Amino acid sequence: MNKAYIFVLGGTSTITLSIFLFILVPRLQVSEINKDAVSAQSPYTENELKGRKTYIDNGCLYCHSQQVRDPVAGADKAFGWGRASLPSDYIYDKPHLLGTMRTGPDLSNIGSRQPSRDWHHLHFYNPRLLVSWSIMPGFPFFYEVATSSESPKPGAIRIPGKTDQWIIPSEEAENLVSYLMSLKRDRDPVKASEATK
Amino acid sequence: MSKGGTVDAKVVFLILTFSISVLGMLAFVVALIQKQVLVPASAAKSIFGKNEVGHSELDAKSRMSDQWKTLDQSAKIPILLFMVSSVLWLVLGSIFGLLVSFKFHAPEFLGSEALLTFGKLRPLHLNIIAYGWLSPAALGVAMWLVPRMTKVPLQNVKTLFAAGVIWNIGVILGCVGLLFGLNDGLEWLEFWWPFKILLALAGAMVAIPLFRTIYLSKEEHLYVSMWYIIAALIWFPVLFIIANSHFLHSGVEQAIANWWFAHNVLGLWVTPLGLGIVYYLLPKIIGHPIASYQLSLFGFWGLALFYSQVGMHHLLGGPIPTWLGNLSVVMSVGMAIPVITTAINHHVSAYRHFHVLNESVVLRFIVFGAMSYTVSSLQGSLHSLRTFNYTTHFTHWTVSHAHLGLYGFTTMVLFGGIYYALPRLVGRNFKHPRLLNLHFWVAATGIIIYAVGLGYGGWLQGKELQNVNGSFEQSVRLTMPYLVVRSFGGTLMLLSHCLMLYNVFSILRPEKEAVIK
Repeated sequence: MNKAYIFVLGGTSTITLSIFLFILVPRLQVSEINKDAVSAQSPYTENELKGRKTYIDNGCLYCHSQQVRDPVAGADKAFGWGRASLPSDYIYDKPHLLGTMRTGPDLSNIGSRQPSRDWHHLHFYNPRLLVSWSIMPGFPFFYEVATSSESPKPGAIRIPGKTDQWIIPSEEAENLVSYLMSLKRDRDPVKASEATK
Repeated sequence: MSKGGTVDAKVVFLILTFSISVLGMLAFVVALIQKQVLVPASAAKSIFGKNEVGHSELDAKSRMSDQWKTLDQSAKIPILLFMVSSVLWLVLGSIFGLLVSFKFHAPEFLGSEALLTFGKLRPLHLNIIAYGWLSPAALGVAMWLVPRMTKVPLQNVKTLFAAGVIWNIGVILGCVGLLFGLNDGLEWLEFWWPFKILLALAGAMVAIPLFRTIYLSKEEHLYVSMWYIIAALIWFPVLFIIANSHFLHSGVEQAIANWWFAHNVLGLWVTPLGLGIVYYLLPKIIGHPIASYQLSLFGFWGLALFYSQVGMHHLLGGPIPTWLGNLSVVMSVGMAIPVITTAINHHVSAYRHFHVLNESVVLRFIVFGAMSYTVSSLQGSLHSLRTFNYTTHFTHWTVSHAHLGLYGFTTMVLFGGIYYALPRLVGRNFKHPRLLNLHFWVAATGIIIYAVGLGYGGWLQGKELQNVNGSFEQSVRLTMPYLVVRSFGGTLMLLSHCLMLYNVFSILRPEKEAVIK
């Protein structure tokens, strides 16, 4: 037998310490914080959850964060992304979608910031129809395009600049937009002790 | 705190993990006192055979390589399986990477196909590189190095082969799953969990034979590379299992666990394996022991202690406890200690025998990798500081840094490792050594353009994201030229991988004269 055991021992103890500090203690602390905060968020509806899954499957999180920093750290507030995030904003999030990239803007309060469903549908169909400098991919495969002088279907949206071109959102697109509409993390949580009064 | 049953369980776990880590530290101190840890300087020579010191082992068909032949080829087939499949994944993964890169400055490119949208290709790129290329390639090289250092033939060769098959099936299923919505939704952990069980199973089927081999070793001293390999084989399964236990995590706690994993997978898995390879191949190729064997102790234990506590700088300024972020900042800065000691060791050794770089392409890969390790680690310590981090966070700077670490360091070292092991596995030299050299220069140019160009673009982007009088639009416009530069660097990197694919397949094909005999 050789001295491998020293490295087995050393390796095990450092990783255990890491689990202690980074998994267990934060869990305890965060759950204590959340216990006293009635989140301003409400649970996602079934459709919003389906939209959330579409958000994950199409990799939105690789370009959009859902965490707002304190003004000390960046211009988040000045850009209109709302107040700094709190742990209680995420109690219904599983898996979490905090993200760490801002190739696109933060989406923490997109539901309050851009409440027009039509805007979102057109933007998903082709972002550059509405935002000329955008580098976001379009999602034309979520839409059917119809040619008609009048609205071909309830819910159809006319493409700006065209008189007879309409997009008809699929169920997937509707759910995705519903999910975005639900993101309103700009309301403040109330303390549990005060909420009951 | 002891009101509910769940809280009790948490407290028990808390006490348990804390005591285990304290006991471990105590045991380590005892081992130190008993001089179990400090090593004789002669140990640095343990990787050299009879009369090998002073000679570079360059030619795979030399007498020097012959004395290692039985050990080198003790698990030829499984090691080849790991190495060759990883190179195939590398080519595929970098094709996806390049497509993603193009989409940044040409968003309509391949944009109308649901399966080719940016958000599908991006996780494919990352997961193929992490689980198709880096992990199996590093395991392949480690499997080849362990017999050389333990002087024991690799055990359970059939299990290792089966592990290679299962691992690859796991990656294939994981990738196909991502295309069709089987996605766990966590960065670095996107593969659907049943497929990740396959990866865990295959990983265990590699680790157990390796530990058996190490256990059978009669060597009084284990060479420094073995320390890194042993530790990595313990760390990765723990990280992977805890981060994937989805029932444990949600919300902010899950974000913490997610980035705890995603950073530790670099620090405690890919990095130690890469360093282990450098610590073996660098002295072996220059023909002289590493500059200071005692320093390598600091390097290893420093990495074990500091690198396991970083990761939260990915969430600095976010909704995590402040002390947690600060802890990671302190530990990231602490990383400078093992990095600088390792750097002194590597660079002094290389500098003293710089002329060998003229003779050995493998050494070029290794030295480039060791240099990138120093640069990317010091960069990492720097941008973990809050003032620095607030600028670079959420920008392409991070992407540039990740590529400097995972490509400039690990991937280049793995190129060297595979190019060194392959001739000794199959018993013949490369037919076109010049193509290896070309591979080196194209890849090195590519990653330098990539890292510098995108890093600078990311910095500008970060400055704009902090400018309260600025606009988000401006942060996008500013980065555009650098995204094009990135695609250019990426194209060179992909080209170099195609060269590697050719090199690997040309050495695998038996020579014609051998068939005639």
